[in-house]
Amino acid sequence: MSQLLTTPLHRTHVSMGARMVPFSGWDMPVQYATILEEVDAVREKVGIFDVSHMGRLFVSGPGAGAFVSRVFSSDVSNLRRGRAKYGVTCNEEGGIIDDNIVYRLGEERYLYVPNAGNREAVSEWLHRWAPTDGSVEIEDAADRLAMIAIQGPSAKLTFSKIAGPTLDKIRPFRIAPVDIDGESVLTARTGYTGEDGYEIMPSSENVAAVWNALVEADAIPCGLASRDLLRLEAAFLLHGNDMDTSINPYEAGLDRFVDPDRDDYIPGEALRRIRDEGTSRKLVGFEMVGRGIARHGYDITDGKEKIGEVSSGSVSFTLDKNIGLGYVPTGFSAVGTQLWIQIRRRSIEAVVRPLPFYSRRAS
Amino acid sequence: MNYPDDLKYTKEHEWLRIESETTVVVGITEYAADELGDVVFVELPDVGAAVSAMGVFGEIESVKAVSELYSPVDGTVVERNEELDDTPELVNDLAYGDGWMIKIELSDPSQLDGLMSAADYQQFLATL
Repeated sequence: MSQLLTTPLHRTHVSMGARMVPFSGWDMPVQYATILEEVDAVREKVGIFDVSHMGRLFVSGPGAGAFVSRVFSSDVSNLRRGRAKYGVTCNEEGGIIDDNIVYRLGEERYLYVPNAGNREAVSEWLHRWAPTDGSVEIEDAADRLAMIAIQGPSAKLTFSKIAGPTLDKIRPFRIAPVDIDGESVLTARTGYTGEDGYEIMPSSENVAAVWNALVEADAIPCGLASRDLLRLEAAFLLHGNDMDTSINPYEAGLDRFVDPDRDDYIPGEALRRIRDEGTSRKLVGFEMVGRGIARHGYDITDGKEKIGEVSSGSVSFTLDKNIGLGYVPTGFSAVGTQLWIQIRRRSIEAVVRPLPFYSRRAS
Repeated sequence: MNYPDDLKYTKEHEWLRIESETTVVVGITEYAADELGDVVFVELPDVGAAVSAMGVFGEIESVKAVSELYSPVDGTVVERNEELDDTPELVNDLAYGDGWMIKIELSDPSQLDGLMSAADYQQFLATL
């Protein structure tokens, strides 16, 4: 087995008693308390997650806006400074290499955030298409900077105990530097849980102190297991489970994040064709009607024949239901359609539900 | 973690409480419940079902994983814990109490002699 990578918070997790597991090549905390307690903390108060295993690529230079727009699923050259945009990175055939958030930090400066398992793939893809005339520079800042997600209805209240006053100005899907104990820390109001919150990027040297200060301020340390459940309830897709390079954004239901009608957009031609022809399968959300929990890779049937596969599934503590995502033929994708999930030896009834399963009450 | 002295244990992390000369109650140990994490589903056999030593009698599922449940002895299921259908988390909360799983009428009471004591089980855990 190859050596697992560790984040700058690794020692903190171990000393705080977190249960550690390998994830995408990283030794990460899967849970601190029970998964139920962590889910409740994020839905009711505030939880914090070490997400330093994700990538942080700064793209700078006079050509940055045009270049990022060539690889990203929407035009970010007209994105206002300090704003974030969710989308996907697709290959020339329109297959999803990764889903990402792109932040515009300055006139000629962007931040591109890949998932942990796709850091190399995204970095390679960006380097492959980057102009070689010196107009764009790509800096991998994943070692220099760490990343903590602060998520939950009290995220702002808790974070404001340790953050400078500029925090107040950061509205959802914005990014700006915030002073934390004398360090200017890039702070985005984004997340992966369906709750209000922040993703902050302290330096690797200071991140343990920031984490401890958040815990002192009553944030609950959480692990990857609750994060996976929270994101499923909010119907945020997980690359590697719910999408990969064999799936295009139209199948994955990400249509609204994709603008293929751009001449310079690398997968533009493929994605325009897919959009115009329509797709034969689609991602759906489903709820179990019978007793049983769907899991990644289980077959979806029409009661007789296999028609698709579960891409994610779990119990939902927040909704007190068993829920899942999966790909089915387009004809089976309408809300209310009956499906069957093959759970080991048993075939259990499920029904297609609208997504997201959970959305937070307007505050 | 707690391993009561009055119970018998197996390497599959089941415990067994002797209720009478011919009936025993079976559940999983605190170690097993903790390893599984949040238990969300327990599938148990119906009353009247035959179980056999080392045979699978049911399934337990947590958020993280699915595991099979192994009977420590041969016998017949005379009671199943219906509470676990709606509150499977009892296995985490009260592994040796309300989190019990099935009551078995023994076919061969001498099989109990082959099971581990609390001390033996803890020694076994130390080797894992």
